[in-house]
Amino acid sequence: MRDVAVIGVGMTKWGELWEKSLRTIFTETALLALDDAGVDTVDSMVIGCMSSGLFVGQEHLGSLLSDYLGKNPAPAARVESACSSGGLALRQGFIEVGSGLSDVVLVGGVEKMTDVTGCEATYALGTAADQEYEGYHGLTFPALYAMMAVAHMHKYGTTREQLAQVAVKNHLNGSKNPLAQFPFKLSVEAVLSSVLVADPLRILDCSPITDGAAALVLCSLETARKLKKPFVRIVGSGQASDTIALSSRKDLCWIESTQIAARKALSMAGRKVEDIQLFEVHDCFTIAEIMITEALGLAKKGQGGKAVEDGLTALNGKFPVNPSGGLKAKGHPVGATGVAQAVEVVKQLRGEAGERQVKGAKRGLTQNMGGTGGSSVVHVFEAD
Amino acid sequence: MPTPSRYWREIPQRYRYEAGRCKACGFICFPPRLVCPGCGAREFETTKLAETGTVLTYTIIRVPPEGFEDQTPYAVGIAELEDGVKLTAQIVDCDFASLKIGLKVRLEFRKLSEDGEAGIIHYGYKFVPA
Amino acid sequence: MAGIIGYGAYIPRNRIKVEEIAKVWGADAPSYKKGLMLEEKSVPGPDQDTITMSVEASRSALKRAGIDPREIGAVYVGSESHPYAVKPSGTVLAEAIGATPECHTADLEFACKAGSEGMFIALNLVRSGAVKYGLAVGADTSQGAPGDALEYSAAAGAAAFLFGKDDLVAEAVETYAFMTDTPDFWRREYMYYPRHGGRFTGDPAYFKHTTGAAAGIMAKAKLKPADFAYVVFHQPNGKFPFRAGEILGFARKQIEPGWLVNRLGNTYSGSSPLGLAATLDIAKPGDLVLMVSYGSGAGSDAFIWRVTDRIDKVRNLAPRTRDLLDGNKVYLDYGVYAKFRRKIRKAE
Repeated sequence: MRDVAVIGVGMTKWGELWEKSLRTIFTETALLALDDAGVDTVDSMVIGCMSSGLFVGQEHLGSLLSDYLGKNPAPAARVESACSSGGLALRQGFIEVGSGLSDVVLVGGVEKMTDVTGCEATYALGTAADQEYEGYHGLTFPALYAMMAVAHMHKYGTTREQLAQVAVKNHLNGSKNPLAQFPFKLSVEAVLSSVLVADPLRILDCSPITDGAAALVLCSLETARKLKKPFVRIVGSGQASDTIALSSRKDLCWIESTQIAARKALSMAGRKVEDIQLFEVHDCFTIAEIMITEALGLAKKGQGGKAVEDGLTALNGKFPVNPSGGLKAKGHPVGATGVAQAVEVVKQLRGEAGERQVKGAKRGLTQNMGGTGGSSVVHVFEAD
Repeated sequence: MPTPSRYWREIPQRYRYEAGRCKACGFICFPPRLVCPGCGAREFETTKLAETGTVLTYTIIRVPPEGFEDQTPYAVGIAELEDGVKLTAQIVDCDFASLKIGLKVRLEFRKLSEDGEAGIIHYGYKFVPA
Repeated sequence: MAGIIGYGAYIPRNRIKVEEIAKVWGADAPSYKKGLMLEEKSVPGPDQDTITMSVEASRSALKRAGIDPREIGAVYVGSESHPYAVKPSGTVLAEAIGATPECHTADLEFACKAGSEGMFIALNLVRSGAVKYGLAVGADTSQGAPGDALEYSAAAGAAAFLFGKDDLVAEAVETYAFMTDTPDFWRREYMYYPRHGGRFTGDPAYFKHTTGAAAGIMAKAKLKPADFAYVVFHQPNGKFPFRAGEILGFARKQIEPGWLVNRLGNTYSGSSPLGLAATLDIAKPGDLVLMVSYGSGAGSDAFIWRVTDRIDKVRNLAPRTRDLLDGNKVYLDYGVYAKFRRKIRKAE
């Protein structure tokens, strides 16, 4: 594999974008990335999107989006792995450039979730679970993560307050992110008094429904140097699968696919987790961030709650997690999330993160996850 | 909502708890599969799930998916059955205050949902306190 | 000799009291309680229906019978609240208990008599040798119109009976049926609630057929009321069974063990079958039990059972009827009851 660089990033403000269709949101965002990279031509496009079919009745996104971006006849593919579709798109782009097959690849992620009712959106998100043996029984995603929380709290003594502190931390970071859907601060009391969704998770423990897109331009190191643009290298990529159903997991309190994907990515990068200065992780629910913190090795098994309580993962902590605000404050347009995590890391490594800047950031890690951990994709980035 | 054929295909599992036991390593798959997740072998014999077990984790769903509004709020859980199989299902006929990890449960035949007023009715299993 | 080889009951755990219903409609609870001899009734949860209750009652019957379900040759579900208008409850039941595919199935309806109809047919198929084992279930989740007298009593429950020729729990001594065309209670297609003829449902309907069937079967079997340990009548309310017994010459204590209605309500097709199950739960070997169902429209099926020694071995293999009736109850208020019974108009 040859070296792969990120030479452009693009992201617009996320939220309920009533005026904009899926194709508009994606195209605007992709143009920002192309302009940031200073390129006009791409060898191919890879787009992550969980369910444009269920949300807006549109499949064949590759054709649609290369058409609307004016990049025909470039090959374009849409990839899906539920909520890790974006991370998967990044990995496919990385493989394509790294293998030498393509020189410049546009990686994007998009999801348009607000054209359906909340109930229909919940159903679409639920397709990430086992339809016949979880969904059939009336399970929802908050319920699946709530069960992981109950097990984690029972086994390790993780508390309701520690879960709330994840949301508080991410909103504090998100309040410094002009593109975030919810750039306001939260208190622990506000989280604990918000309405219950699936005990013990409350509405403020859950990431929102969001419209949005994110994009990156990847190219070979050679091309990056020729373009004389500031760039960041992707030095590690890892992906792993686990059972579709939560009940089939070996350990209900552990996200093994993240542990394996992270090991692979770090091994490829020749690094340990202590060498990384910031982490963008998949906090679809507060408990998820706690468990991911453990699976990445930032905290010992069972100690993820204590880690956030002790400020280990705060912006100025030893292992800053979700400086962008995470899924919780930034929003979670499903297919876009994995790409947006990379956008944040690249900005941080380029020193462009403004008030959220992690000082002296040289390396960053993104962790994107599908379902209840059925898939995980991890990437490691390094400043030039 | 499952379509009639998708619903019908799972009847042996949903009504009679039919599972597959790997002939090589004894792992019990529910639902039955082609490849054993334990050892990778491909030969199975039909067996049935044990009908009693212990709750490993649970939650109470207060924001339901479509079709479950009338039952809300309802409890769901993962229980480990006596034969080692871990199963996800609703926990009913149990006061929420009595829900706990370690609760003994058994399987009972119940209605899961309906495809609106004119569609088919979906039956299957739920946990009740044993 | 053919008869019952296993029996089972199922009663949902929700209840609603007469006071709670009366409060909403501005009715006088004490007079309803006294007039109907009724305190409370069972209410099916939103995940319970005639089919789910039939399955669980049948599983209990199978536990007591101890037979291979693949040898069941006939499965009948009698109800006036089958979940589908077209698609049998019997097919779901037969699949759930593992009796398919070599099994005859039909759904039966005849107001509250549909359960005993199935019993009559299944028993006689076994007697004739057409099938080895037959299963009949009486189950209902019937509705009374809001504010109508029937709302106080329309309840939910199921009882299942397996018939065979060996290892009998109760021998079938005699069977009998008595019917006429009497429009005392009916429901037209597409109507949500039934209608009834008020006091016309008494003497010319319930009492004529119940006593007619009882008298007819006793004459056929050359038996008198005193020969019976117990009698089970259809129980639309608490009073009617005792009055029928009085007319025929039965004592209250013969009726009481099978008299569930005061805390169960009228389980329609499940009514006399559940009464029979409750009676078998306490009967002794050698006891003669008379069961008389009633279905509006109208007719009564009658059976005479002789309990065998085997009852003592099997009765504890599945839940007892009165344990289901009195244990683990949850009381609902009218709002939740109306939600569960779909009496609240929702958005399309």
